[in-house]
Amino acid sequence: MISQIIISGLAVGSVYALMALAMSITYKASEIPNFAQGEMAMISTYIAYVLLVVQGISFIWAFLFSLLFALVLGMALEFVFIRRAKEPNLLNLMIITLGFQMVLYGIAGWKWGADQKRLSMPFSESETYDLGGGIVVSQLGLATIGTAVVLMLIIWLFLRFTRLGLAMKASQQNAMAARINGIRTNRILSVSFGISSVVGAIAGMMVAPVTTLDPNMMWDPLLKGFAAAVLGGLTSLGGVVVGGYLLGIIENLFGFYISLEFKSVVAFLIIVIVLYVRPSGLFGHHYVRKV
Amino acid sequence: MPAEMKRSYYEDVQPLKGGPARVWFAMLFILLIAAPFLVKSYYIYVMSLMAVNVIVALGMNLLVGNTGQISLGHAGFVAIGAYTSVMLISGAGVFFPLALLAGGLLAAIFGFILGIPALRLEGPYLAIATLGFGIAVTITIGRIDLFGGHMGLIVPKPEFAGIDFSGDRSLYYLVTGIALLMGFAMRNILKSRLGRAFHAVRDSEIAASTLGVNVASYKTLSFAISAFYAGIAGGLWAFVLGFINPGLFSFILSILFLATVVVGGLGTILGSVLGAVVITFLNLQAESIQFLPLIGDALVWISRSFMSMSGLPNVSWILTGLILIFIVIFEPLGLYGIWIRIKIYWRTWPF
Repeated sequence: MISQIIISGLAVGSVYALMALAMSITYKASEIPNFAQGEMAMISTYIAYVLLVVQGISFIWAFLFSLLFALVLGMALEFVFIRRAKEPNLLNLMIITLGFQMVLYGIAGWKWGADQKRLSMPFSESETYDLGGGIVVSQLGLATIGTAVVLMLIIWLFLRFTRLGLAMKASQQNAMAARINGIRTNRILSVSFGISSVVGAIAGMMVAPVTTLDPNMMWDPLLKGFAAAVLGGLTSLGGVVVGGYLLGIIENLFGFYISLEFKSVVAFLIIVIVLYVRPSGLFGHHYVRKV
Repeated sequence: MPAEMKRSYYEDVQPLKGGPARVWFAMLFILLIAAPFLVKSYYIYVMSLMAVNVIVALGMNLLVGNTGQISLGHAGFVAIGAYTSVMLISGAGVFFPLALLAGGLLAAIFGFILGIPALRLEGPYLAIATLGFGIAVTITIGRIDLFGGHMGLIVPKPEFAGIDFSGDRSLYYLVTGIALLMGFAMRNILKSRLGRAFHAVRDSEIAASTLGVNVASYKTLSFAISAFYAGIAGGLWAFVLGFINPGLFSFILSILFLATVVVGGLGTILGSVLGAVVITFLNLQAESIQFLPLIGDALVWISRSFMSMSGLPNVSWILTGLILIFIVIFEPLGLYGIWIRIKIYWRTWPF
């Protein structure tokens, strides 16, 4: 029984891990917690819905087009709003992302209304595979876990071996030195927002078939992804992924053994407790500010 | 910046400086008293809501603007205040002002408890911890039958000393009176040793601690005072609305409180008041934006051709979001900054 719960925890955890990863990419680049992440993913998922269901394009093209849209949306957030902030301190930038989130939420509600749509995916939730020992996993769950793992691998390879990835890493570590070496750091920042928006959009498309497609659908994944990112330590990409899976599993175990009703509270209680013991998360670096 | 010169400490702490300030304040006071007799009953309700939000904004501004902490969980404190005072009155029959005070104090205790882990947290970590607190409070209240679950509670009539405060006007006077009182108290806090310590913590924790300011205790104190304001406001809000349910105290509400303070102007009392009045008004009125003369027609046309008619009220979200973004980009001091610029322009007029 417990391994069954862990498997379904992994499927939920994949979504949290992807959202946390998206959060962490922008956080590392700019030190902003991007609250618009969820709504950006939601809008991108709606674009996929429009292409797939309304226009009737094949799944793979709809998927790719919506990812392209997510990339542009993320870069636009940085280029149009964040770069223009007069006093770019944490509070002001956070407020910009909150404002952007409200705008996107309003647009989605205005265009598509609050009625729930169905995003049809080639993976179904009702079809299940038996992994032996009575453990079953749905096709969708398997696809979610698989996509998340592949995506994380791609991101790791990208940051490690491509010029752009290295430039991103360099400007995260020391923006001034990166600029001296000829890296256009503000373009890199824009690209970071774009990439994190793409990662979020993929998470959104994984969520949409499980719940339904409506403007509120990314609230829960966003907050949980946020919690997972803080749990793992926002600055470590590996850490936030571990945080996401850990959160998914703990939540499911708590829901089964202790109380289903308070399942969604447990994430935030864990956060407060973990932060109390380790103020920068499980795997984050504890930084000391100098005078 | 504020173009006022102070020559002594007593001039700084004096409540109303000079003749003009006194005259303006007296006029404002008369206007506040006369207002319920000049407008329709719905707007009396709107003004009561504004006064409630002014109280929350005052507390929020102390925390965010004056002490430099971030909170995304103030809806939780408001919920604690509201539920405590309502349940004390309807359950135990406690005297109304006492129940209100108890709500504020319980919220303050929770604020103190939340303030302890906050000592070690900074920036986004603090934001997520407070956010988690706010959501946990709302979910917990919604799941426990004692608190009325998802259906919420009916609020009893507020009455004490033989006066029934459930009418529109009397409730307005009560709420506005308390808001004025708490605004005055906040002003005194900010002008005293406490306020200066808060500012020192905001500007540089290290410098503050080398000067002998106990950073830890002032941070938790700031959380507690801020939560106390939110708790009192919560109790009053419950009486203005007449019912409470967990859905009211959502994460969105916490964001709106933060937005109020940023739009109004960080770290100033006038900013809190302006922000609360404007955001409350926008929030209530933006839903009827389609009835505006020119813009309304254009919006209806856009909805018919590109968007959906049923989703039109969502325009208020877009509006609020854009206001937030543009305030931060163009006027980081908020409405207070605009006010100060107008003031300086007239003071130095011909030049």
